[in-house]
Amino acid sequence: MNDRKQPALSPLDRPNSYIGRAVPRPNLDRLLAGRGQFVSDVVLPRVAHVVFVRSPHAHARIRAIDTQAAKRAAGVVAVVTGAELAKVCTPWVGVLTHLKGLKSAPQHPIAVDKACWQGEAVAAVVAKTRALAEDAAELVAVDYEPLPPVVDAETALDSATPVIHAELGDNLAFERKLDAGEVDRAFREADAVVEATFVFGRHTGVTLEPRAIVADWNAGEARLTIHQGTQAPHMMQNIFAKHLGLEEHQVRVLTRDVGGSFGIKVHVYADEMATAALSMLLKRPVKFVADRIESFVTDIHARDHRVKARIAVMNDGRIAAFEIDDLTGIGPYSVYPRTSGIEANQIVNLVGGPYACPNYRALARVVFQNKNVMCQYRAVGHPIATAVTEGLVELAARKVGMDVIELRRRNLVRDDAYPCASASGLKFEKLSHHASLDRLIALMDYEALRREQERLRQGGVYRGIGFASFIEVTNPSAAFYGVGGARISSQDGAVVRLDATGAVICHTGVTEQGQGAEAVVAQVVATAFGVPIERVRVITGDTDNTPYGGGTWASRAAGIGGEAAWQAGKALRANVLAVAGSILQAEPKALDIRNGVVVDADTGRERIELSEVARIAYFRPDTLPPDFQAELMAVRHYVPRAYPFAFTNGVQASYLEVDPASGFIKLIRHYVVEDCGTVINPQLVDEQIRGGVVQGIGAALFEHCVYDDEGQLLNGNMADYLVPMAAEMPDIDVAHVETPTADSELGAKGAGEAGTAGAPGAVLNAVNDALAPLGAEPITEMPVTPGVVLRALGKV
Amino acid sequence: MSSHAHEIRLTVNGEEVRESVEARKTLVEFLREDLGLTGSHIGCEHGVCGACTVLLDGVIVRGCLTLAVQCDGSSVDTIEGVADSGAIADLQLAFAARNALQCGFCTPGMLLTAAHLLDAGGVPSREKIRAQLSGNYCRCTGYHAIVDAIDSVARARMGR
Repeated sequence: MNDRKQPALSPLDRPNSYIGRAVPRPNLDRLLAGRGQFVSDVVLPRVAHVVFVRSPHAHARIRAIDTQAAKRAAGVVAVVTGAELAKVCTPWVGVLTHLKGLKSAPQHPIAVDKACWQGEAVAAVVAKTRALAEDAAELVAVDYEPLPPVVDAETALDSATPVIHAELGDNLAFERKLDAGEVDRAFREADAVVEATFVFGRHTGVTLEPRAIVADWNAGEARLTIHQGTQAPHMMQNIFAKHLGLEEHQVRVLTRDVGGSFGIKVHVYADEMATAALSMLLKRPVKFVADRIESFVTDIHARDHRVKARIAVMNDGRIAAFEIDDLTGIGPYSVYPRTSGIEANQIVNLVGGPYACPNYRALARVVFQNKNVMCQYRAVGHPIATAVTEGLVELAARKVGMDVIELRRRNLVRDDAYPCASASGLKFEKLSHHASLDRLIALMDYEALRREQERLRQGGVYRGIGFASFIEVTNPSAAFYGVGGARISSQDGAVVRLDATGAVICHTGVTEQGQGAEAVVAQVVATAFGVPIERVRVITGDTDNTPYGGGTWASRAAGIGGEAAWQAGKALRANVLAVAGSILQAEPKALDIRNGVVVDADTGRERIELSEVARIAYFRPDTLPPDFQAELMAVRHYVPRAYPFAFTNGVQASYLEVDPASGFIKLIRHYVVEDCGTVINPQLVDEQIRGGVVQGIGAALFEHCVYDDEGQLLNGNMADYLVPMAAEMPDIDVAHVETPTADSELGAKGAGEAGTAGAPGAVLNAVNDALAPLGAEPITEMPVTPGVVLRALGKV
Repeated sequence: MSSHAHEIRLTVNGEEVRESVEARKTLVEFLREDLGLTGSHIGCEHGVCGACTVLLDGVIVRGCLTLAVQCDGSSVDTIEGVADSGAIADLQLAFAARNALQCGFCTPGMLLTAAHLLDAGGVPSREKIRAQLSGNYCRCTGYHAIVDAIDSVARARMGR
């Protein structure tokens, strides 16, 4: 086993290293004392509040809007329609050139002629308080001509179905086909073929703090300051500038505490663009905070996929081929700027990924419909690809009469086979499927659980064990978005500065959403430079002051932002040692910085305090040699170069109990082994995994945006849309295998998607394992509600 | 709207407060907008998520389901007051040590809800802790770390 083994001469082996230590996050105290600074807390002088009148129809032409009564209402500042706002803000189209053929229609901040989903804004009401704006919004009279809604993705391409955007010709947004190896032959020659149709329910992120923005156009200095809970401040700076007719330097995006994001807050939302445009129109700050009902009909949805899939398998357990046909409905627009083609594209990329199987065929079709938009949410595509792959694998194991672990051992890509590529063309640097599976089996004591399961079955208690091996896309290069023309930075920067007391300030382009990016950057800088972590202050989320960067998404903050900070910390150390060498008349290479003191590198003998170096450099540079200039700030940038993505891997297991009488599922325990390369902070990694697992469990068992045939969301509130709560969730055991990437010195890959990627597949397999002795039909739809279980048992 | 305004007197975090509020204003809106106490958060406005949890006369309530006018003559304590008093210092430390919060938006409500359970004394089972938290939504942590933190405080208080 190579667990936690580092190369002998790793550059990470610094004295007093914080790498691999569970250091508490520096920003927790204010959050624990009720002193966080969330956007919903921001109040500015003269701020006005906007609420949106939203279409009650899924599809309707807007004949006329009468705003007169609303304009006369108490406290109202303005009532603005889409046509009026279109003069301030240009529309956008969510396409990327590397998703060939992807098309979409121009989207405006407020609908102009036609509302295309229930919840799309058709007018804005700005007033002194939110309550007064809501009062006035009820007085806006909109004359709608309802149009037939396109609801069912299955019939969206039928000739009888109306085309939502006539200028596009049809409702097909994107299509991708892949055919690798000899699929037909493999299925023809297979000993067994298993087919299933997997259905994944639409769900959404339900960030506890809804989307929030305060836009402040200062006409005097011609600058727009945006307080926004976003994952990508620089991306938003570019987009606000582009569509509001400004230069980027005229826009400042400030992001302090963000009340949860998970991919929800990395997209361009029409109502947020409208808020910025309204601030420019009205020349005063305007604040928008979505309420929960609005969140459900406007926050991006995800995962509405129907995947017809089959697997070919031989009697010796060898997997011979995979084939999938994926259909997804993404709402009426491809979301800007990341597009809504990515999830289907990821599914095509990822299915079968953990296995050595060269024969793979995939078709993915992405269609428009009159429901809320869908786009990238945590673990984009992974939970679907993993549940399909792992669902097929366990059904195949049952069909050929082989233990599910044994069948995986015979097919998972060997740990010594790297570097290699998947049938879909993904390049893997080094993964550890077998080591991870071995670790999981030990962690959960698999044999003992199987014995317990068997014993309980005799007494009529039906427990199930299900597994899911997975791969995870992290540390994306420009291959994700940049090559398709999106101005989304894949590189990130860090600026590290020695202050005048010997402490270190680090500005980083990655952002904090609660995952612990600030802590990881502080750990890395403290280690690279050589100070106690308490002497490092990390600043994020301010486009005026942080290096240009991508922000936080696709598990990139530690692997990319961390490496930039590592390199900047090393560069500052060299700079400071040059100053110290000058002061001490010593060779800088013979010195080091340890625990905040300049020492002799060989012996550790203390030579001079950092505070003294800083004092001399800043206040008495006259005492330094005349040809020497101290440089106490260092900047470094980083982007992965050798691989387009740093793939990680892992495996999860779910242990649960199904009550055949009621269909209720009780989660008993969940197990995860994950390999994210170098673990910088084991506690933060574990908590990312646990949080991700519970989001995956939500998808597997509870969460579902239920629409009726008219395109109306039926359960858009937190009482009817079920999210995982504490009482139903299990304890989650987490362990690691560490296979660092050689693409960076730190060797860190991402870990944010892993939990969500694998949990739904593991839970689904566990449910089917529990029900197997009862003769139930395999369940292949999510969420697995009690009703689904009872139907599988033939009881309803 | 002035015709709907009501004078109320109450104690908030130990300080006497006299304000005029609209009848429709919820307690959490009053705390956040009128008093600037933004530690109590608004997550759902229909009593499900628990982000607005505050103490009303010593009992945890939903700030979004309580009207400000109902609090006339009462005593309200928010996360700011409870934190400043030092009453839950051990719980705050345990949350930090265990990373029992990520984005921190649910945390004030979680802390007050957990403190209410801990005040009852003893070492509650993990199931009992989970049941106590069942009205507080956390999207980030998966709850495991929160349960650990509360369990550790209960054990430490027993040993004291």
